[in-house]
Amino acid sequence: MNQTIGQSKPTSILYLDGVSVSFDGFKALNGLSFVIEPGELRAIIGPNGAGKTTMMDIITGKTRPDEGQVFFKGEIDLTKKDEAEIASLGIGRKFQKPTVFESHTVWDNLELALNRNRGVFPTLFYRLTAEDMIRIEEILTTIRLATRRDDLAANLSHGQKQWLEIGMLLAQEPELLLVDEPVAGMTDAETAETAVLLKEIAKTRSVVVVEHDMGFIRELGVKVTCLAEGTVLAEGSIDFVSSDPKVIENYLGR
Amino acid sequence: MITSFLMKSLDRSILIVVAILLGLALLVPALNLLTAPNHPLHVPTYLVSLFGKYLTYALLALALDLVWGFCGILSLGHAAFFALGGYAMGMYLMRQIGARGSYGNPLLPDFMVFLNWKELPWFWYGFDMFWFAALMVVLVPGVLAFVFGWFAFRSRVNGVYLSIITQAMTYALLLAFFRNDMGFGGNNGLTDFKDILGFNIQADGTRAVLFAASALMLALCLILTAAIVRSKYGKVLVAVRDAESRTRFLGYRVEHIKLFAFTVSAMMAGIAGALYVPQVGIINPGEFEPGNSIEVVIWTAVGGRGTLVGPIVGAILVNGGKSIFTAAFPEFWLFALGGLFVLVTLFLPKGVVGTAGAYFARRRAERKARANEAPDNLAIEPMAAE
Ligand SMILES: Nc1ncnc2c1ncn2[C@@H]1O[C@H](COP(=O)(O)OP(=O)(O)O)[C@@H](O)[C@H]1O
Ligand SMILES: [Mg+2]
Repeated sequence: MNQTIGQSKPTSILYLDGVSVSFDGFKALNGLSFVIEPGELRAIIGPNGAGKTTMMDIITGKTRPDEGQVFFKGEIDLTKKDEAEIASLGIGRKFQKPTVFESHTVWDNLELALNRNRGVFPTLFYRLTAEDMIRIEEILTTIRLATRRDDLAANLSHGQKQWLEIGMLLAQEPELLLVDEPVAGMTDAETAETAVLLKEIAKTRSVVVVEHDMGFIRELGVKVTCLAEGTVLAEGSIDFVSSDPKVIENYLGR
Repeated sequence: MITSFLMKSLDRSILIVVAILLGLALLVPALNLLTAPNHPLHVPTYLVSLFGKYLTYALLALALDLVWGFCGILSLGHAAFFALGGYAMGMYLMRQIGARGSYGNPLLPDFMVFLNWKELPWFWYGFDMFWFAALMVVLVPGVLAFVFGWFAFRSRVNGVYLSIITQAMTYALLLAFFRNDMGFGGNNGLTDFKDILGFNIQADGTRAVLFAASALMLALCLILTAAIVRSKYGKVLVAVRDAESRTRFLGYRVEHIKLFAFTVSAMMAGIAGALYVPQVGIINPGEFEPGNSIEVVIWTAVGGRGTLVGPIVGAILVNGGKSIFTAAFPEFWLFALGGLFVLVTLFLPKGVVGTAGAYFARRRAERKARANEAPDNLAIEPMAAE
């Protein structure tokens, strides 16, 4: 076990050690290890195919690792749990391609995401309480969609769908939020607003953001991990990472 | 809790259909029983039973809509649940025959005497009591759907694969029920019924009551289904249909969500089958025919999946068409049905009711937009006049 990483396990919110997974013999992740501290906002960069999305699949229970450890809050073994369980534990995930419920209104999308009992019967007899309405209103304001509440999600612009999905994650009240390429396809103005939004969100929880957009990463101004070929290439401030010769060769230089 | 749950379902289109069904439940029996046969408004008994049969088909299509229209589960085995409900009712009707069968055996149905069986198989016990049979009508399809769905949804069988295994399920049941030693009358099924709850099953009055029961049950199930799909659970169903893995990452147990809808739907299909059998007077393994389940999908598609009212309309339209068509050109019905399906898929993807609904919604939106513009104009004009 990696000695320095091992020590930080009990206090971490997310702990990956030596995680490997292969698809048909191709190693998508190869001994990936990193630690996220509670309250941290971390950016993850890396070339296409580096394994960033696969890493999120592993953390959220979509893919099982071939080897390695994945722990949430230092003691919960995520490799033993499925998507719904992991989501209920407090890990939210935003997909690379925005995925909202297109035939539901913006409001209903948030109502469905709200952190309430998700069993069959509790949802069957669910009644919208004043408390829940206030919470949804708050989120609508945060994600700047208050005027679109009754519109179908299908009718939102690409950027608005990204925000709605972030809003759904907020409604889920996760302790750890994984965000996959949130500004892909956004205008510069939307990108800047999204950076503000994510920093705001990170005040009350841990956030891991995967992104390609270096401008956006600079705007976040946080610790950066660079992945390549399924393993960590460099970790540190954006200036430190982007001056690393391996990073330049593998990623920035291309 | 329950009333507020049910109240939510009563929007306009549902209310209208429920009102029509209640009206039919009164009117049709009245026109059949209270008018003389030569009266212009008289409804002959064979039509009462024919329309009663359509209503049970409508209930079957409604059941399919809950899983297919709202959750995207294209079940091609719903006729199996219908047939199982029908067999449960058929077993009750067989035992009501008692000693009046051709062989005069007070306990064993004729086909068992014919097979030289000496005693009643254990699974025929209790079917002499109506309440027990009624329970089995929902329980047997419900348990089968639960067990089937438990395995299928847990192993995340989806899309075409799920459709194929539902076909396999109904086909397996078809083969099983064909066998004489299964104890369900084999090839011939169950027939020659005499009484239901002590009333002669052939009598006009009984037929009229069965029709009314079908209409009432359809109305009841419509209200129930509408309440389900309008609840938050119903929104989760649609969420699963649209983006299954997103729903999972929100923390919903998709397999439980699907399982509940599938089981409720199978139970409704069972009730439909139970109302069907006394009105047609027979249940045989042919009801498990894979083609039957596919027809239900066509009715639902023609009426409009995901609209609740649509499948009811579709089932009645297509079966009404079938009755007329098969009388004129019996050999062409399957071609007509296939052609209809292709046409609806190409030109009316939302079905008859879905398309009409979208049209009216657009009209309403336009009218509202115009109404919103009008006051502005009025407000501007006086100013201009000044
Ligand atoms: N389910 C899968 N089956 C097969 N190959 C996969 C699967 N998921 C990811 N991969 C492969 O793993 C590699 C890493 O992919 P991904 O994690 O999506 O990279 P990134 O998000 O960093 O661009 C890619 O080569 C991809 O083709
Ligand atoms: Mg990716």
